[in-house]
Amino acid sequence: MVEITDVVCSLCGCVCDDIVVEVEDNKVIKVKKGACSVGKSKLMGHGRIESPAIRENGSLKDCSYDEAIKKAAEILAAARRPLLYGWSSTVCEADKVGVELAEEIGAVIDNTASVCHGPSVLAIQDVGLPSCTLGEVKNRADLVIYWGANPAAAHANHMKRYSYISKGYWTEEGKKNKKLVVVDVRKTATAKMADVFLQIEQGKDYLVFSALRAMLYGYEDVVPEEVGGISKKDLLETVKMMKEAKFGIIFFGMGVTHTGARHNNIVNAIQTTRAAHTHTKFNIMPMRGHYNVAGINQVCTWETGYPFAVDLSRGYAWYNPGEVSATDLLVRRECDAALIIASDPGAHFPGESIRHLAKIPVIQIDPFPNPTTEFADVVIPAAISGVEAEGNVYRMDNIPIRLRKLVDTEYMADEEIMKGILGEVRAIKGKEEIERR
Amino acid sequence: MGTKVKLISGRTIVQGQNLDNKLSEEYFNEVATCEMSKEDMERLGVAAEGHVKVKTSFGEVVVKAKEKAGTPAGIIFIPMGPWVNAIVSGDTHGAGMPQYKGIDAEIEPTEEEVLHVKDLMKTYMK
Repeated sequence: MVEITDVVCSLCGCVCDDIVVEVEDNKVIKVKKGACSVGKSKLMGHGRIESPAIRENGSLKDCSYDEAIKKAAEILAAARRPLLYGWSSTVCEADKVGVELAEEIGAVIDNTASVCHGPSVLAIQDVGLPSCTLGEVKNRADLVIYWGANPAAAHANHMKRYSYISKGYWTEEGKKNKKLVVVDVRKTATAKMADVFLQIEQGKDYLVFSALRAMLYGYEDVVPEEVGGISKKDLLETVKMMKEAKFGIIFFGMGVTHTGARHNNIVNAIQTTRAAHTHTKFNIMPMRGHYNVAGINQVCTWETGYPFAVDLSRGYAWYNPGEVSATDLLVRRECDAALIIASDPGAHFPGESIRHLAKIPVIQIDPFPNPTTEFADVVIPAAISGVEAEGNVYRMDNIPIRLRKLVDTEYMADEEIMKGILGEVRAIKGKEEIERR
Repeated sequence: MGTKVKLISGRTIVQGQNLDNKLSEEYFNEVATCEMSKEDMERLGVAAEGHVKVKTSFGEVVVKAKEKAGTPAGIIFIPMGPWVNAIVSGDTHGAGMPQYKGIDAEIEPTEEEVLHVKDLMKTYMK
């Protein structure tokens, strides 16, 4: 048995990097400390896709990696409007090859931000983001606000490692000298811990941000007695806490991005943070979901200039969420082939988009079988990044961290698979070019 | 005609633990469910684990009812996953983001079975 310390978790945007595991016979047998129950479940592992496979007459037939990669390349090279989607639960090195492939075949490349914090990206491009690192939050924050986010379920270590419960340089007494405010439609497990819980009416976030902004700028007289189900008294109490804080932080989640006003909610949240700057130091940060969704946004921006929903069919990068984002492309039944890597649209896309995805040739690259596997035509199993493969990822505050490899595997890593497909696609395209001449 | 409610979706801890294990019974038991207040359970006349049909303008799905304290009356919560997404619209209103929360829905008790994930995915392949 070998004990490995400083293991990095490849589950959520917290990217916890202080985990200790025990490895025996090339298998993680115990997670000793550091991981939450969700991260632990990831590290201990689940049933795998056992072999590469190609669908024939309705069922998947096992084949070799070479055959699956060749078939994937043939599908993509022949497609007129291919979509390359996912990229958030793998490493930046694989993402980089993905953008190269998208350029080679004139594809649309999109990532899971599209159905997660895409609206936050749009808002940040609009008005910027007064933000910080999670380290600064840990060491300085004395007021933590979770808005439309339930870290107790989605980022289970977030409060302990970085925010309300953590102990840092100027916060050595932990939550004793901190305040927690939670804004949510439901009284969640996170809300139960709050000093102040603001139970908001569903979809009224924009109104409540506007009320707080008015109050922070000194115009409390224009705010009615109740806004979005929250009393003026509670709003005033929250504003008082914001003004008195030495260092405040708003963490926001899908409760704000998934509702009607979408990016407009986030613009207002950022402007509320700015309003708080007239009194004290305040920051805001999206609670990114997948462990490397921030990373694919980085890579996609380095390579194309844009973080998600990028169409490379014109020979230059065209960015237009709402037009070339994955959901829209599928609902319009526009794409004729898709490569899905490190994500599961079969489980997480609206049914309307899955209906088209299930009808076109789909290549799936993933360590685990999931709803997307049910209709995938080429299935390529991958090594688990952070357990069987290493590489760089970006935490939710855009800090790069290197995932470690804990055990050996015969599964190919995402980067190798992508390089294999890119090589085969180039071979097909090169042959076509020679024939044309 | 079912009872009018607002539908929201989101994460749960067990759903997260089974992100890489979506074909399992544990995932099915957690995600093919609909959380609601005690008041709404009584209003609908359903017991825990009783089946309910949730309809939106985009489709309908059958899930198991579950009482959850802290959920306001008139709001139902289905964990993110294939069941709720069967009734989420693909219209992103030009923003790229589907509306996963705050969907107008109707809910009613039903005797119909809850589809397992493989059977649910088959409905897309017709």
